[in-house]
Amino acid sequence: MSFSRFPDGGLIDRSQVFTFSFDGRSFTGHAGDTLASALLANGVSLMGRSFKYHRPRGLVSGGASEPNALVTVGAGGHREPNLRASMVTLRDGLKAESQNRWPSLGFDLGAVNSALTPFIGAGFYYKTFMWPAALWESLYEPLIRKAAGLGRASHAPDPQVYEKRWAHCDLLVIGAGPAGLMAALAAARTGARVILCDENAAFGGRLLHDRVEIGDADGPGFAAAAISELGSLDRVQLLPATTVFGTYDSGVYGAVERRDGAASGPAQRVWRIVARRAVLAAGAEERPLVFGGNDRPGTMTASAMRGLANAQAIRPGDHVAVFSTGPSGHETARDLIARGLEVTLVDARTEISAAELSASEGARVLKGHVVADTLGSKSVTGIEAVDRATGKRSRIKVDALAMAGGWNPVVHLACQRGDRPVWDAGSGMFLPPASRDGLAAVGSAAGILDLAGCLRSGTAAGEDAAAALGFTPVTAKLPAAREACGGSTGFTTLWHVGEARGKAFVDFQNDVAVSDLGLAVREGYGHVELAKRYTTTGMATDQGKLSNVNAIGILAEQRGLTPDQVGTTTFRPFYTPVSIGALAGEHRGSHYRPVRRSPLDGWARKHGAVFIEAGHWMRPSHFPRDGEAGWKEACDRETLAVRAGVGISDASTLGKIDLSGKDAARFLDRVYTGKMSTLAVGKARYGLMLREDGMVMDDGTVSRLGESHYLITTTTGAAGEAMAHLEFCAQALWPDLDVRLVSVTDQWAQITVAGPASRDVLGRIVDADLSEEAMPFMAAREVTLHSGLAARLFRISFSGELAFELAVPARQGEAVADAIMQAGAPFGITPYGLEALNVLRIEKGFITHAEIDGRVTPGDLGLGKMVSAKKDDFIGRAMLGREGLQDPDRLQLVGLRPVNPAHRILAGGHLLEPGAVPAMANDQGHVSSACWSPHLNSTIALAMVRRGRSRHGEILTVWDPLRGIETRAIVGDPLFLGASAIKAPPRRGLAPVIPARAPGLRLPDLPAVSGIELALCPEAPVLLLSAPVGLDAAVRAAAPAGDGILRPVQPGQALAVGRPGESADALAARLDGPAGASLCELTDARLRLELSGARAGDLISTQSAIDLDDEGFGPGASAPTLFGHVPVQLTRLDAASFEVMVFSTYAGDLVESLIRAIRRL
Amino acid sequence: MASLIPCPHCGLRPKEEFSIRGDAAPVRPRPDAPFDAWDAYVHLRDNVRGVMHEHWQHVGGCRRWLVVERDTFTHAVHAVTDAADFTRAQGAPTGGGGASAASGTRTGKGRAKR
Ligand SMILES: [Zn+2]
Repeated sequence: MSFSRFPDGGLIDRSQVFTFSFDGRSFTGHAGDTLASALLANGVSLMGRSFKYHRPRGLVSGGASEPNALVTVGAGGHREPNLRASMVTLRDGLKAESQNRWPSLGFDLGAVNSALTPFIGAGFYYKTFMWPAALWESLYEPLIRKAAGLGRASHAPDPQVYEKRWAHCDLLVIGAGPAGLMAALAAARTGARVILCDENAAFGGRLLHDRVEIGDADGPGFAAAAISELGSLDRVQLLPATTVFGTYDSGVYGAVERRDGAASGPAQRVWRIVARRAVLAAGAEERPLVFGGNDRPGTMTASAMRGLANAQAIRPGDHVAVFSTGPSGHETARDLIARGLEVTLVDARTEISAAELSASEGARVLKGHVVADTLGSKSVTGIEAVDRATGKRSRIKVDALAMAGGWNPVVHLACQRGDRPVWDAGSGMFLPPASRDGLAAVGSAAGILDLAGCLRSGTAAGEDAAAALGFTPVTAKLPAAREACGGSTGFTTLWHVGEARGKAFVDFQNDVAVSDLGLAVREGYGHVELAKRYTTTGMATDQGKLSNVNAIGILAEQRGLTPDQVGTTTFRPFYTPVSIGALAGEHRGSHYRPVRRSPLDGWARKHGAVFIEAGHWMRPSHFPRDGEAGWKEACDRETLAVRAGVGISDASTLGKIDLSGKDAARFLDRVYTGKMSTLAVGKARYGLMLREDGMVMDDGTVSRLGESHYLITTTTGAAGEAMAHLEFCAQALWPDLDVRLVSVTDQWAQITVAGPASRDVLGRIVDADLSEEAMPFMAAREVTLHSGLAARLFRISFSGELAFELAVPARQGEAVADAIMQAGAPFGITPYGLEALNVLRIEKGFITHAEIDGRVTPGDLGLGKMVSAKKDDFIGRAMLGREGLQDPDRLQLVGLRPVNPAHRILAGGHLLEPGAVPAMANDQGHVSSACWSPHLNSTIALAMVRRGRSRHGEILTVWDPLRGIETRAIVGDPLFLGASAIKAPPRRGLAPVIPARAPGLRLPDLPAVSGIELALCPEAPVLLLSAPVGLDAAVRAAAPAGDGILRPVQPGQALAVGRPGESADALAARLDGPAGASLCELTDARLRLELSGARAGDLISTQSAIDLDDEGFGPGASAPTLFGHVPVQLTRLDAASFEVMVFSTYAGDLVESLIRAIRRL
Repeated sequence: MASLIPCPHCGLRPKEEFSIRGDAAPVRPRPDAPFDAWDAYVHLRDNVRGVMHEHWQHVGGCRRWLVVERDTFTHAVHAVTDAADFTRAQGAPTGGGGASAASGTRTGKGRAKR
């Protein structure tokens, strides 16, 4: 007789019938079933094949620790392997498959491994496949992978949606069994914020599986009442089907919530829970017994068998054997006998308490006996029992076998931060280490095995945690608890049955038997960490949840030690496997990191730009035209157009830093190699910033806009690093210098107009004299456009041509670019992208971070003259003087041209003297940049060459073995192209072009989800008020004058927002900051969004770690934070309304991600 | 590594909002300091097992540079101060006014002890 379902009873809802399939066969089950219980109800006890020997396997522990019943659920992109059938909630239409079998679960060819058992014991892989090593990849590994393994991942993209959330609480309770429920109740009743998680879909733990009484209620009744009370408290959050998988520093816990079959929202959610206190109420795993054939399907732990009988009405057969060393076996016997089954109790003990015997009354009890072997093939049909006193063996026919070998407290989460569990010889258990950082274990997880004790310890822990956090305890009387045998306390430790005949498994998932551990000890791998690796015990998906303690006990026996002398292996997150998709959350694919869009993005799109990723930015690489074959043709055309006429490109991504304060000039002298303090107002200067070790960090320009007002530009790529460096210098190195740094990258759209005709084109836009006299090279001016728009104009060139950079407020960028296109039409103005930009700068020998690679000094780049000899200090000065950095033998920047102009040179190639053997000793340098110059009709390259400047004219070989290129090249000056010969006659008399005003901002269409609204805030000016840190109070007093709200950024800095429709000047006039304060306009650098509705807080918790609880972040609160990876200033306008002020170049990305988050709600 | 850092300006925030620079104990030498002092400042760092002071920046928040006093072994964070205050307390030159009275040549070996 096999497993089936009792006709009545259990906690399942028989009125709900679910159809599901397993290996293509269709079955039915009920609400309240797991996949495992539904399979057993249908007589399916063979659920998998073991990892190594392909032995038939069935359910063993029936919980999170289940090592055998691993299945793959779903198909295509939804396919998820290695799920424990005991943890999969049954739902209609579920499709599951067994794993690690071929061609079928019932007939598995791999089972031949079982016959080879003597040859493939522990260490088999290491010994057999050791030599020859060359065969590893081609032969051994594929062979092993095919023969041994778990489920296979899908190769299809995962269409499911995942989410991450932050949560904050006073007390996190891990496990909702009797102890956890009481801990949660005790704390919640005091008003503390409580989060209660349980990995199972239903709360209650053993209250749902064991026949107990508490007061007047049965187990499920008591659990239901507790859950109902918790559910009525609004500071309590209940998270069923949520596994806390990790304990991290600072009281942060990781948890994964499975939402299988949920109609809406994410498939899984990863919670990061910040808990001031935590209670570990994870219960205990029943220890399997180690005897011959203990892995035969139909053999499971006693608690699993009675839980299935009581909760899912699973009938294990007519006659069941229970092999026990303690009360749990007697409790299972009691429950099966009550259901009319015949039970044989094989108890290893000779003395059994009266309470236990009274519980199992009606069973045939064999005292002092052990099970030595099981009979049957794919399921248990009998056992061989041995009378330990006489050695007499007898065979008993049974349909199933339960084993009760004692308990292992689930201590993992208490040990993940490095503490080890403590062996308690008296109880025969590893107990959790002492409480650390507010995490305390209670109930069975703390080794308390009786129900009354669990209720008591849970209550005490909940009360203690609340009291420690200042909540007033509410005392409630605990009702009396009654259970079989008076609890599971007291069992005899039996590490393995010496009389065993067949293979006695310690680790089911990894097929590790007692004999393997013995071999490990004999071969010198007896240390617990070595034995683990040698035998693979405790590896794979279950990480030895069932097996480790038995393995330690057996190693101890074999080595003549005690279990605490053997010790445990290391506990690390994750407690159970978590899918990578859940951990990635929404940060995958194109959302892997935020995308920054230039204010000229729309303009570039209109002109057909092909975009390329550059850091966070998407930048135009080229602007192809019809008929052009590939990027190079477009690039050549764009390059030629700039030098012959005029081109337009986007420079908005350059880092732009506003510097003010009375010590600004002194500060600049200390961070740049050159003397910046001598720069006149209205002028710009090229500068180099070094690291303290003397190497170049970044290059860029400094423009003096006013007496103590500068604009610094950095390269796009190093903008973040340069800003952080300058802030470090200002805040940590020289805090007494009065300087204020504000990133204004997002505030300005910066448009480069380059080429001989650029002056004529810009003359139609800008209302200013652009002549050589009025606007000479390196001039930096505030100007007005013909439309009246205030702008900044810089005569800076990165192409070597006459060129200007026009900066306008970001929102006006596209309209101004459109106007420049119109103004430039008669000149054939050509948009150009990064590729052309690169060619233009290589032709002139200008450097980028391809050259500034962290290993070069100014001298290496030929920029030694930019290092001031007059200054006594600047960052990098001392180290730059090192002998090695002044060595004439260093690599120096040169130009390279192939001897044959048609031959290729690519960046990355190394340089050798002709005929030299490719070796480090012969290395003459490397190629840093290379391109095709349409002006020279040749490849040209920049290279760093040993003593390069003295080797002009020499021929070297560019050796590029990766790409199989060897090219002879001539070393020369990095300046390939002299001053332009083209002097276009100026064209005057063209009518001015007036840029349109940019249209108002608009959000994309939003999904209608109740409880949440996303809208743009009315347009209003935004200013950053900044002053020295010491004047923070005055800044805080002045900044709210805008709209009444203080938005502090950092000491001495606060954002002020004006009234809707007001001008920035009007706002500035109303801000009464301290003397010497600076105002920096950021209206266009920020986008203000309003998030409102009852679920606004939920939405924000998917973005930011800020605790929105009223006490911490009430109405009027405001702080800078990250939304995902995007910087924002979050302000609470009222209880259910928030302002999100985001950096404008990130705004499009953030709005998209908020919309996705709204859809998931 | 601590999961949360209490920013003195913003409150408790996840480590993802911060970037770390390294040992905060070395003091930038004065310009005329001997080469050995500069060498120590730029190159020499102790590999501390225990409490050390480190420069962290709250890049995802206030953008202030902070000094986090933390235990590299237990990961406990003992204190977080603004880097400007730390620098002043070190007696290092702080940029303003004339020369500081304090020695500007403390080397990287000058490990802060609790
Ligand atoms: Zn902060």
